[in-house]
Amino acid sequence: MKQSKIGAWIAFIIGALYFIVPLIGTFEFSLRMKRGEYSFEAYRVVLTDPNFLASFGYSVLMALITVIMGAVLVVPTAYWIQLRLPKLRPIVEFITLLPLVMPAIIIVFGYLRLYNSSSWLPLTANARSTDLLLSFSYVTLALPYMYRAVETGMRSIDVRTLTEAGEILGASMMTILFKVIFPNVRVAILSGAFLTFAIVIGEFTMASLLNRPAFGPYLQLIGANRAYEPSALAVIAFLVTWACMGIINVVGNLKSNKRPA
Amino acid sequence: MTAIDTTPPLPAEPGPVPDAFAASRKPVMGQQTWAWIGITPFMIFAILFLIVPTLYLVIGAFQDADGHFTLQNIADLFTPSILNAYWLSIKVSLASALIGAVLGFFLAYAVVLGGLPAWLRPTLMTFSGVASNFAGVPLAFAFLSTLGRMGLVTVLLRDFLGINLYGTGFNLLSFWGLTLTYLYFQIPLMVLILTPALDGLKKEWREASEILGASSKQYWTMVALPVLFPSVLGAALLLFANSFGAIATAYALTGSSLNIVTILLYAQIRGDVLHNQNLGYALALGMILITGLSNGAYIWLRARAERWMR
Amino acid sequence: MAFLEISDVRKQFQQNVVVKGFNLGIERGEFVSLLGPSGCGKTTVLRMVAGFESPSAGRILIDGKDVTPLRPNQRNVGMVFQAYALFPNMTVADNVAFGLKVAKRSPSEIKSRVEEMLAMIKLPHLASRYPYQCSGGQQQRVALARALAHKPKVLLLDEPLSALDAKIRVSLREDIRALQRSLGITTIFVTHDQEEALSMSDRVVVMNEGRVDQVGAPFEIYNDPATRFVANFVGTLSVLKGKVLDAKAGRIQVGKSEIIASRKIINHNVGDACSVALRPEAAVLENGHDLGSGRNRLGGTIDEVSFLGSVVRIRVKIDDDAISLDTFNNPSAIPPQRGAPVVVSFTPHDVLVLDGETKH
Repeated sequence: MKQSKIGAWIAFIIGALYFIVPLIGTFEFSLRMKRGEYSFEAYRVVLTDPNFLASFGYSVLMALITVIMGAVLVVPTAYWIQLRLPKLRPIVEFITLLPLVMPAIIIVFGYLRLYNSSSWLPLTANARSTDLLLSFSYVTLALPYMYRAVETGMRSIDVRTLTEAGEILGASMMTILFKVIFPNVRVAILSGAFLTFAIVIGEFTMASLLNRPAFGPYLQLIGANRAYEPSALAVIAFLVTWACMGIINVVGNLKSNKRPA
Repeated sequence: MTAIDTTPPLPAEPGPVPDAFAASRKPVMGQQTWAWIGITPFMIFAILFLIVPTLYLVIGAFQDADGHFTLQNIADLFTPSILNAYWLSIKVSLASALIGAVLGFFLAYAVVLGGLPAWLRPTLMTFSGVASNFAGVPLAFAFLSTLGRMGLVTVLLRDFLGINLYGTGFNLLSFWGLTLTYLYFQIPLMVLILTPALDGLKKEWREASEILGASSKQYWTMVALPVLFPSVLGAALLLFANSFGAIATAYALTGSSLNIVTILLYAQIRGDVLHNQNLGYALALGMILITGLSNGAYIWLRARAERWMR
Repeated sequence: MAFLEISDVRKQFQQNVVVKGFNLGIERGEFVSLLGPSGCGKTTVLRMVAGFESPSAGRILIDGKDVTPLRPNQRNVGMVFQAYALFPNMTVADNVAFGLKVAKRSPSEIKSRVEEMLAMIKLPHLASRYPYQCSGGQQQRVALARALAHKPKVLLLDEPLSALDAKIRVSLREDIRALQRSLGITTIFVTHDQEEALSMSDRVVVMNEGRVDQVGAPFEIYNDPATRFVANFVGTLSVLKGKVLDAKAGRIQVGKSEIIASRKIINHNVGDACSVALRPEAAVLENGHDLGSGRNRLGGTIDEVSFLGSVVRIRVKIDDDAISLDTFNNPSAIPPQRGAPVVVSFTPHDVLVLDGETKH
């Protein structure tokens, strides 16, 4: 009993060190910009860089568009599968898992060949439509997590009974979807949304290959050319990820606190 | 690139609820066809932005520049430079998956069954959620700041212990350096996948085996590990596919000095370094096969594990 | 000394005393139930016998040997858990063989013993199935076979039927009892279901808040409950308020009538409030309101009629109290009507006198 507890502590402490030391290392490194003293100079440089603000803003916008499109695509589908087409569940589930099977680089490779400027649907022909294509690619990245979260949420409420209750009371399909189903899976959508946000915000491969000025390619560029700023950016990126996960936890707790009452 | 949902695994099938009822509740014939409209947007999206692009690559892999069928592209994959890229990717993925699986298992075991204080568990889970999503370019920066030539740990080892890390042959921009970096998201991913599986070990199984005369070791070798085996193996496969498809971390860490297959493909997409578009498709096809097989095996094993756990 | 001796066992979790001074001797081959509501300590007692919990004080002896310091895997007992404790990675046959494999028996011996056990539980055709392919009832039979395969000295059953459907529950409890008789194995059965305890056991131990309230054969527990708790927990009771007229003669005033109890009324003086309790099957119903001259006759009106199939349960309102009584269904008679005046009568032998006033 005692011995296994010591082993567990050792495993935990080694694990904790492995995860914390790089964070400390990054933070320490980011403070070294001024010779001979610790300062937040690197952060000042980064945060005042117009390219930082522009690319970060671009990625935030992309993430928001992705979340909205993802929700619009996933929620009615999951609802409909649960309600009317349970036989198609395995197929839809398989499709939503495909992005896990296929690396991002493969998906975007296909886009570049299929939707280039001389193709039948020249989405890469101008910047705006490329933005659209990028957000589509992000939706595919988010699909497994969004669908999973929403589907789990829908299973935990009895969609069929709720819908029938709504129908008996004379509500229309739209009313049921937006007034009954949506609020009940809001928590699931929110956690899927923030996970999506965390994935999309620093995404490199797709943005870089589609040549869009997103945060991921910006990070890579800075990394290749600067010494201390990348560490500051890594700290910032870590904080953003942490914030997203923190919000997911808070949202999840809201749910569990509300239910028993 | 890397992400893991923090929702617990679903039961494989929802049980026999829907079908029988669904049939009896559809009064009109037309409603069946009508029902399809509900998922049409999703299907169109999936076809346009998931299935067709992939099929395009797969078909392209079997065509020459003029669009005629050929197996030459597949054959051309077996040239030393391409094989080396695959092999290096497989080695890094295998190493980071196996080490990640073992360490992740012990870490998950420690917090779930190791008798540690209860508050450590949610802390570790939240942290794992963050770390498993903290991949890509920033992760490379973090490791450069820590274990690079001027990194904190490198400097501390040199100044206080007199160890010249890079003198020992260590290099962050190498196979082991990349593996070590990947472990930063692989271990937490393993923890996240395995924790529900460890929770699924029922107290009664341990007690039943104990009262039937088994020692703790016999319980682990005869019951617990065999029960966990599909979950652990499946998770290791997921980890493997996860790092096999990764590029951002490696690219930011090593530029193009470490010739893994994703970096090769990246260069091919940008500048046709293979001087053959269709060979590029074949390169992609090889990746799809490898990640597809390991993910397929993962999904199969997970379904198997869930069947047992019910 | 009894085959299984539990003496002065106490169990305390931090400040919380769960079992307070538990004493019980169980003879070889006896089937004893621990009956009580959840939280009464019955499962803790069972787990202490199994060795999963160690007593804070007291000793447990099996076949004359003190097992208190032994680990569960050294005690040679068998146990069936509430549900789903079969090893999911093994077939039914491998599950049954587990204890034998661990004991390093020869493969041929294991094989024949497993076949014997599967035949005994009448599931030889399921040998190569996995637990998830078996129904709940089948799983519990396999669990029973697994618990018995290595010939344990004592069999412990921890609410093994509570997760099953009602019909399977009844048939399985008969099977368990028959098996236990034919093997002659000493058995402790923990349950919160009084019907299970009464129908299966040689003796029943009724527990309440960590103590033993009563130990006895099922009919003793039912007909002669030692405490108010036992009377209420085991079976259905109707309780009427009364006043003691003569403790020695067992005379009690209930409303305007007088009741005689054949049992002595202890701890009561003349004029004390007391409660008179009746089992539903003890009372007899007559139509009309002729109280006549006989004793133990109470007048009232029918308040509720519940048709339960072979039995019709009738609630009769008597002043402020009510008596529930069972009559057999009689297809040729008109069923009793609500509001009809009736007389309820019973023998002095059927009257239970309980302490104090009832709490409603």
